[in-house]
Amino acid sequence: MKKLLFLALAGLVAATGASAQTLINGAGATFPQPIYTKWFSEYTKVDPSVTFNYQGIGSGGGQKQILAETVDFGASDGPMSDENLAKASHPLWHIPTVAGAVVVSYNLPDSPQLKLDGETLANIYLGKITKWRDPAIVSQNPDVRLPDIDIVVVHRSDGSGTSYIFTDYLSHVSPEWASKVGKNTSVSWPAGLGGKGNAGVAGQIKQSPGSIGYVELAYAKQNKLPYADLKNAAGNYVTPTIESITAAMATATIPDDFRFSMVNAPGDQAYPIAGTTWLLVYQQQKDPVKGKKLVEFLKWAYNDGEKMAASLDYAPLPDSVKDRVLKRIDEIQF
Amino acid sequence: MNESAAIPASPLLLAAPRRWPDRAFRWVALGAALLIVALIILVGWQLSRGAHLAIAKFGPGFLASAKWDPVTDEYGAWPFIFGTLVSSLIALLIAVPLGVATALFLTEMAPVKMRQPVIMVIEMLAAVPSVIFGLWGIFVLIPWLRDHLFQWIAHSWLGYLPLFKGPIYGVSMLAGGIIVAIMILPIVTSVSREILRSVPNLQREAAYALGATHWEVIRIAVLNYARRGIFGAAVLGLGRALGETMAVTMLIGNRPEVSASLFAPGYTLASVIANEFSEANSDLYISSLFELGLVLLAVTFLVNAAAQLMLRTLTGSGTGKVS
Repeated sequence: MKKLLFLALAGLVAATGASAQTLINGAGATFPQPIYTKWFSEYTKVDPSVTFNYQGIGSGGGQKQILAETVDFGASDGPMSDENLAKASHPLWHIPTVAGAVVVSYNLPDSPQLKLDGETLANIYLGKITKWRDPAIVSQNPDVRLPDIDIVVVHRSDGSGTSYIFTDYLSHVSPEWASKVGKNTSVSWPAGLGGKGNAGVAGQIKQSPGSIGYVELAYAKQNKLPYADLKNAAGNYVTPTIESITAAMATATIPDDFRFSMVNAPGDQAYPIAGTTWLLVYQQQKDPVKGKKLVEFLKWAYNDGEKMAASLDYAPLPDSVKDRVLKRIDEIQF
Repeated sequence: MNESAAIPASPLLLAAPRRWPDRAFRWVALGAALLIVALIILVGWQLSRGAHLAIAKFGPGFLASAKWDPVTDEYGAWPFIFGTLVSSLIALLIAVPLGVATALFLTEMAPVKMRQPVIMVIEMLAAVPSVIFGLWGIFVLIPWLRDHLFQWIAHSWLGYLPLFKGPIYGVSMLAGGIIVAIMILPIVTSVSREILRSVPNLQREAAYALGATHWEVIRIAVLNYARRGIFGAAVLGLGRALGETMAVTMLIGNRPEVSASLFAPGYTLASVIANEFSEANSDLYISSLFELGLVLLAVTFLVNAAAQLMLRTLTGSGTGKVS
């Protein structure tokens, strides 16, 4: 009996030893989780010796875990603050992977196609514009019969990268918003109700006539929500699409450390409320085997993985940014 | 009476019976009890440790401040304390009369064949997960409240009270209170039922003998005797109400504001922690959320302690005299 147990145990150990699988752990944002999951499963076909384990615990969690070095890479929808980045014991890099957009959805009879500009949006969220028939909205939508009802503002109650991008945009287009409220994953909203997650906001919008709220583009498309065309910095009303997001990133100013904001980008066809999501990796990898595998995966992701982004409603990086990122990946040491 | 049941009472239970299985059982039971106490102390200690940054920065003013701003890193607990207490109070005001009435019906008035099915249905209500209640609330309850019940209240004489003024969104403090009432109804009903069943028939017979009607018997003999137990059922319900998270956060509007109107959105301690903890990105932010957790623990303890105190002073021994 004991001999059998010993043999079984030895067999088990041998089996796990023989597979020689490298397991790479990551944690962080939920926004890019669908594309990362697809990348991980596609990459296993390219290199079966490596598997990935990714936990969607939120951008804040991703930043905490990579700082604590409990994971091999982190993922965040918002760039790390200087304060948090300073906590890293050795250089920690941001590398952008894909981009998404935040769209403004609403519940009006007959779901008309609305055009809005940044200042109007900011005033709605500041609680200064309270009715749909306000001249600011009517003047931009002369062909739409707007009902004479109150605007019910909806925002996110949970902290999220979507809120970060949205409040970043409002801070750019409205000095009053920038001084009164500011930008963060969670802010002190001057008006409106909070819904939990994209689903909570969408549910609230669907249930409340006259409501307005913001959700991710991918979510709005998959759930067939109406969304508005927004006026960008160049003065054009742009529909949020994969192309207009990539256009925004192509014209955004991107510093060397890749921590940038691409809201209100200057491009002609750029969609104004767009943002990218980052992977957080250390310049000096702890484990040489894992480090090598991680770098190989990253190179594959930028060369081949990016092509899969559009099918999942994410915008791939424009070539100019991709080349810079690949150069940075070359500098990772393991 | 057999002799193994005659165990002398001793403060530390060290007057051990002679047989080792009995002794072992007593130690295991003691261990389990101490484990629970230790767990609670551990939870409190961990919360205090996590909260110490916020406690050091804000001091006691944290409890009175209504500001919750992650951008400027200023936090205050007052709107959440207010929301937790008000939504729990509304839930109690709805669930306790309903629960006790149901329990009375089941023990005193319902035909025997009807009792089991109704009891089963009520127990099933207790098994429904919080999130399902939230979903049902968003898609069924809220539209009905917004388009019917709240409109009716606003247009009736109640609409003159400051409690029922302001725009009607559907999601509101009242909606949060109603959903929690539905969730604590099973526990209040089943505990009340047990209490009412334990009222000895002698009490009822004595009341009848004195010429009481059915309702008077219930009021004088049954409810009076069961006062303490029903109060205990209410406290149990309140305990659950204070901690309810998912269903509340889906129906209460998630707005950290203190308003006199029940139609206005609100926020509770449990909801804000569930919503914001995973994305909290500064040390003071996380610490403030820990402090909210500590406040919730303290509120739960204080409310329970207050209830015990009220029990002792108002109801005396509560062992039913027919008077």
